[in-house]
Formats: sequence, structure tokens, C-alpha cells
Amino acid sequence: MIPLSWYLILAAALFSIGLFGVLARRNAVAILLGVELMLNAVNINLVAFWRYGDVTQMAGQVFAIIVFAVAAAEVAVGLALVISVYRRRNTVVAEELDLLKW
Amino acid sequence: MTTETLIWLIPLPPVLAFFLIVLFTNKNKALSHSVAVGAAFLSWLGSMIVFVRALGVEHLGEHPFESSIPWLPTGETWLKIGVLIDPLSAAVLFFVAWTVLMIFIYSVGYHNYGQPAGDHDHAGLPPHGATVTDDLGHKQTVLSVEPMYSRFFAFIGLFAFGMYTLVVSDNLLTLFVGWEIMGLCSYLLIGFWYAKPSARNAAVKAFMTTRIGDVFMLLGIAFLYSATGTLTYREIFTEQTLHALATIPSGVFGLSAAGLIALLLFIGTIGKSAQFPLHVWLPDAMEGPTPVSAMIHAATMVSAGVYAVIRMFPLLSLDPKTMTVVAFIGAFTAIFAATIAVAQNDIKRVLAYSTISQLGFMIAALGVGAYVAAVFHLITHAFFKALLFLGSGSVIHGMEHGVLHTGNHKVDPQDMFNMGGLRKKMPITFWTFLIGGFALSGFPIITAGFWSKDEILADAFGHGHLAVFITLAVAAFLTAFYTMRQITLTFLGEPRTEEAEHAHETPWTMTAPLVVLAFFAVTYGWVGIPEHFPVLGGLVPNWFHEFVGGTLAEHPEAVEFNIVPLLTSLFVALGGLFFGWLVYRNVNSVEQDKLQIPLLKNKYYFDEAYDFLFIKPLTWFSEVFVSKWMDKGVIDGILHIFGPATDGIGSVIRNYFDVPVINKFFGDGSADATYWVGKNLRPIQTGRIQQYLILSMVVLFVVGGLVYFLLLA
Repeated sequence: MIPLSWYLILAAALFSIGLFGVLARRNAVAILLGVELMLNAVNINLVAFWRYGDVTQMAGQVFAIIVFAVAAAEVAVGLALVISVYRRRNTVVAEELDLLKW
Repeated sequence: MTTETLIWLIPLPPVLAFFLIVLFTNKNKALSHSVAVGAAFLSWLGSMIVFVRALGVEHLGEHPFESSIPWLPTGETWLKIGVLIDPLSAAVLFFVAWTVLMIFIYSVGYHNYGQPAGDHDHAGLPPHGATVTDDLGHKQTVLSVEPMYSRFFAFIGLFAFGMYTLVVSDNLLTLFVGWEIMGLCSYLLIGFWYAKPSARNAAVKAFMTTRIGDVFMLLGIAFLYSATGTLTYREIFTEQTLHALATIPSGVFGLSAAGLIALLLFIGTIGKSAQFPLHVWLPDAMEGPTPVSAMIHAATMVSAGVYAVIRMFPLLSLDPKTMTVVAFIGAFTAIFAATIAVAQNDIKRVLAYSTISQLGFMIAALGVGAYVAAVFHLITHAFFKALLFLGSGSVIHGMEHGVLHTGNHKVDPQDMFNMGGLRKKMPITFWTFLIGGFALSGFPIITAGFWSKDEILADAFGHGHLAVFITLAVAAFLTAFYTMRQITLTFLGEPRTEEAEHAHETPWTMTAPLVVLAFFAVTYGWVGIPEHFPVLGGLVPNWFHEFVGGTLAEHPEAVEFNIVPLLTSLFVALGGLFFGWLVYRNVNSVEQDKLQIPLLKNKYYFDEAYDFLFIKPLTWFSEVFVSKWMDKGVIDGILHIFGPATDGIGSVIRNYFDVPVINKFFGDGSADATYWVGKNLRPIQTGRIQQYLILSMVVLFVVGGLVYFLLLA
């Protein structure tokens, strides 16, 4: 059986890749993709801890499903915002969306 | 009604009239004088009933009408107030009631009741006359009614209340109350025409001068109360109290307590009765309306002074030193004022000085121990001097009529040199004035003044006070002389001015009181004819001596009859009158008057001397010392230090604490700090979402790391 730490390392790597994407990419859609990666990293953690812990407790799986649902909704709203921004500003580059600066 | 109750009630009507007039009837002239005269009449009626009942009591001196109530508790003793009618106060009450009533009635006419309101009159000035058009269409100027008619009656009502209170009271306390009420009223009445500066000054002068005496009198009363514990006459004049007072030394001038108290009370009289050296206020008091002069000089205030000394006679006579002082002051005042009167031209001023002089006679009489003679002269003088003052008022009134007729307002209606020949124009005034003048001069046998003055001279001679006797004899001569001068200049000869030509007899309200007073000026002397007088003596019993003498515990003996004072008296009266006529029958102007000596005319420069000695230094003291140095220099100086000092402290606190610490540091400092922080933190608000996220990450790692290593590890 594959040790738990491998999953955790995979999840951590995936989270880091997602985080880097969020912080480093200029495209808003890519940032959203990064967020999805980070969410999925969390999901891997949840499922892995469920599988290696008390299997009768279903909380891990339930949380993973809730995260899917929320992620789907979030992406829908996120992409709608991105489209809306693009229609107004004709860009989806995050650095240019700086109306909230001082 | 019992007599005691009646005595309590006697002073009340005039004071009620005062309040009624002041509060309710002051708009209505007729109502006001009716109330005042009615009140005076009620008091007169009460006085007469009391007087008649007093006559019916045998040995009234031992069993007087008296009634008293405790008023104020003072420690162990009570200040008692009450009424007392003994022979002395009965006799005084008699003349007070008559003169007051006559003066009230006279005032109605004097203030031109029934005349039209003046053209230009206003309150505070004597009326100037009114223009009327008669049936034929001729315009003429007539006397106009006094603008403050009701006010006058209110004041004299209060004045009468003061006098009645003084007379019926059985103690020095209420006597002093009445005394001060009169002091106030005399101030108000002398300053009645307050728009005249001279009247204002005279009012203040009278008030201040009498105040000097009053302060000493109050001291005397206080001393008496502390020494005996009572102010009631009949409790003081018991043998043991008097003996105690006579033996306690006072510690001042080697006088006994009795002597010092008597002297202090006597100083009060000096002020009130205008004796030397406090006589200066009385001639100036002539600024008041004439009925006021009569009130002040005859019936009430000055008599009150003499009455107070007469009351205190048992105390006074304990110490020979005091008696000497009293005799000296009296005799000196008598001759001193008489010499001034000789050179005065104002008809009222002559009478004013004559009043001072005659009061001196009474005081001198007391000083030589002539108790009854002093009372006698007090009463006869009140009658004939009230008569003379009212007569002079009538003359002035007649002259004012003439002045209005000619329209020449430069003519002084009070200057005797503007008169002359008035006997034909004003017959009633002339005859009554003549009677009054003869009474004042002591015209033998028929006038009251002769009997009273003769008695004083006889007493002075009989008791061996030759110096006093001679002084008074000379003063009496001068009295007769200036009286005749006055009569000659005023009434005899021919009119010297057109105004005198057109003088007019005054209305009955003025002449009727003159006639009544003239009656008493003649007849009152007959009640006191000495028993051993040649021919007349014994025809009428010497009732007055018996009656008034009964006031004292030991009845004073009438002096042995002696021909010397009688002849002196006859000589000075007749001689003075004759010389007065002889000198002045041909004098037609001031220039022809040889006696216009500046020293006399200017009253021995007393006003100037007092001005120099007291008023100037006091003015200097108040204006320069108190006002300029003390008030403006020291007091204001100190205050001016407080101001800048406080200002300085305030500046220091402001400049070194408030502004730098509170404002700059806490106020501006916190704002600046906030501003600075905001300004410097502003650049991190880039609006770039990813930078925020990086920052969040960094903070999360830092804080998380710190929490982990510091707290959990």
C-alpha cells in the first residue's frame, strides 16, 4: 500500500503549483485554474486522510464532495466575472485590473 | 375711651394720612389736603381732650397718664415703649396741636389751592404763575397752584407724626424715633423744590449738620441704657438711679456718668435746635416753602431739641459743669444770632436767626436752672414764631402777587428793601405780624413774649448768673431792635417798589391761622404772670408755674420778685423797638442801612469757616486721598496687579503648556502621526490582487511561524 506521505507530498506539490499559478500568472482565467488546482490538492488530502484513518467516518468524502460543488459554483461565478471584465476593459490581465489602488 | 388709649392714638392720624396720600390720593389735590388737614384735626382734637383731662388731675406730676408695653427684649432688660402725659408734655402737646393744625390749614392757601395750573410750572420748582383771561378779555398773570401739592401734605403729615410721637413718648427711644423721622422730613421738605440747587444743598446741609448732633445723642442714649438698663423717663428720674448716675465717674473730663450722658444728649439738641456751633443749617433751611419753615422753626423740630433737654433736666442738673456748658452755649447763641439777624435783608432769614437766638434764651434758661421759664418761653415762642413765619409767608405771597402783576421777576419777593407800606395792602397780615413781632420783642404786659422772657431774665438774675443775665438782656435788646427794623421795612412807610404797590392780601386759609396764632401770642402769657408782679401779680394765679413745675420731683420755687430784671426787661423791649423804628423809618434802600456790616451780613463767616475747616478738607480727603490715592492708587493698583499677573500666568500656561503640549503634541501630533502613517502606508494599496495575496502569504507565514515557534514549540 502506498504510504500516506506520498499522497500528502503529491497534494502539497499540487497546492504549490496552484499557488504559484495564482500568484504568478497574469491571465485571470489562469489564476482561476490555479485556484482549482489548490482546491483539488485539498481534496486529495481530505480523501487520503479518510482512507488512511477511520474508514467508517464519512466526513472526508463528504467534505471533498462539498469542495467540488463549491468549486464548480466558484468557477461559474469567476468565469462570469472574467467575461464581464473583459467586456468592459477589453482585458483579462490581472495587473491591469487595478481600480482599487490608492 | 380711656385717656391712655387716646394718647396712644394721637400720633396716628397724620401718619395714616401720609400713607393714604402717597398711595392713593396723590392725584387729587382736594382729597389730599382734606385727608391731611382732617388728620391734623383729629390729632388736635385728641390732644385737646387729653389736655383738658390732664388739667383735671390734681398733682399730675406725681400721677401722670402713662401706659407702656415691653417692645424688644435685650438680655435681662426690655426696651419698653409707651406714652406719658405729665404737665410738661401736656403743655407741649397743647402748643404742638395748635400750631400743627394752623400750619396745615395755612399750607392750603400758601400752595395756591384753587388757582389754575401754571404755564411753565414743573415739579421741583416753585410755581411761576399762570396766565388767565378774565371776562373782559384782559390777559393777566395770577399765582399758580404748586405742582407737587399732594406731596407736600404727605410730608408734613409724616412730620407731624414725628412730633406727636416725640411729645407723647415716655422714653428716650421713641423720642429719638420721632426725632429722626423729623430729621428725615426736614430734609425732604427743605429740599421740596429740589430742582433748585440751593434747596438741594440746604437740604443736605441741614441733614448732615443735625446728623452730627444725632450721633452724639444716640451715644448718650446708649450710654444711659447701659448704665441704667432703662430709657423710660420716670424710671431714670428716680432718686436712686439719679444718685447712682451722679456718683459713677464716666472717665471723661472728670464728669460723672450723669454729666456725660446729659452732655451727649445736649449735643443732640445743639444740632436739632440749631445752637452754636451747629446753627448753620437753620438759615439755609429757608429754602423750603414757608409752612415748612414754621413747622421746623416753631412748632416742631427746633422745639423738639429744647424739649429733649427740658425732659432731661433732672439728669442735666446733677452736674454743675454740664449746667455751665449749657448756660454758656445758650447765652452765647442768643446774642450771637441776634447780632447776625440785625444785618439780614431776607424777611425769612431774619426770623431764622431770631429763632436761633430765642432758642438760645431757652437753653440759657435751662442752664441757670430756670426750668419753668424755659418751658414757658418754648411755648410762647412756638406760638409767636409760627405766627411770624406764617406772616412772613403771607407777605412773600402778597409780594409774589405784585411780582406777577408787574412781570418783573428780578425783584426778590423776600427782600425787605423791596417792600414797605404793606400795612395798607395786607391789613390782617400786618396786624398779626405786629402782634407776633411785639411778642418776640417782649412788648410789656400785653404780649406773651414779655412774660416768658421776663421770667428768664428774672431767673438768671435771681440765681445770681449775672453774666448770663447781661448777655441775655443785650440779646433781648437786639431782638426788639431787629424786629422793629423788620416791621418798619416791611409794613411801614410807603411802598418802595411797584411790586409792593400791587401786593395783595392773602386768602382766608392763610389769614385765619394768623389770627388764631396771634390770639395765643397775646393771651398765652397771662397764664404765667408771676405772683409778686406789681399791680397785675395775683390777679390771675400763676397757673403755669404750678402746673409745669409739678413735673419735677422737687417743685422749683418761683424766684423772688426783683425790680432790676423787670426794669431791664421793660427797657430793652421798649428801647429796642423805639430805636428800631427811629433808625429805619427813613431808610429806603440798602445803601442807607448803616448796619450792613460785612461781618454780620456774612454771619461771622461761619459758612466760609466751616467750608474751609471741614468741607474743603473732607472734599480733599474724599476726592484726593480716598478716591485718587486709596481707591485709584492702592486698591485699583492692587487690582491692576491681579489682572496682569493672572494674564501673565495664563500666557505662560498657554505658551509653555497648552500650545506645545496639548495642541501641538497631543492634538496636532496625533493627527500628524495618523497622517504620516497613512501617507507612508499608502503605497501598499496598489490595487493589484496578486500583490495583496503575496503580502497575505508573507504575513501568514511570518505570523504562523512566529506562533508556531514561540507558542506551540
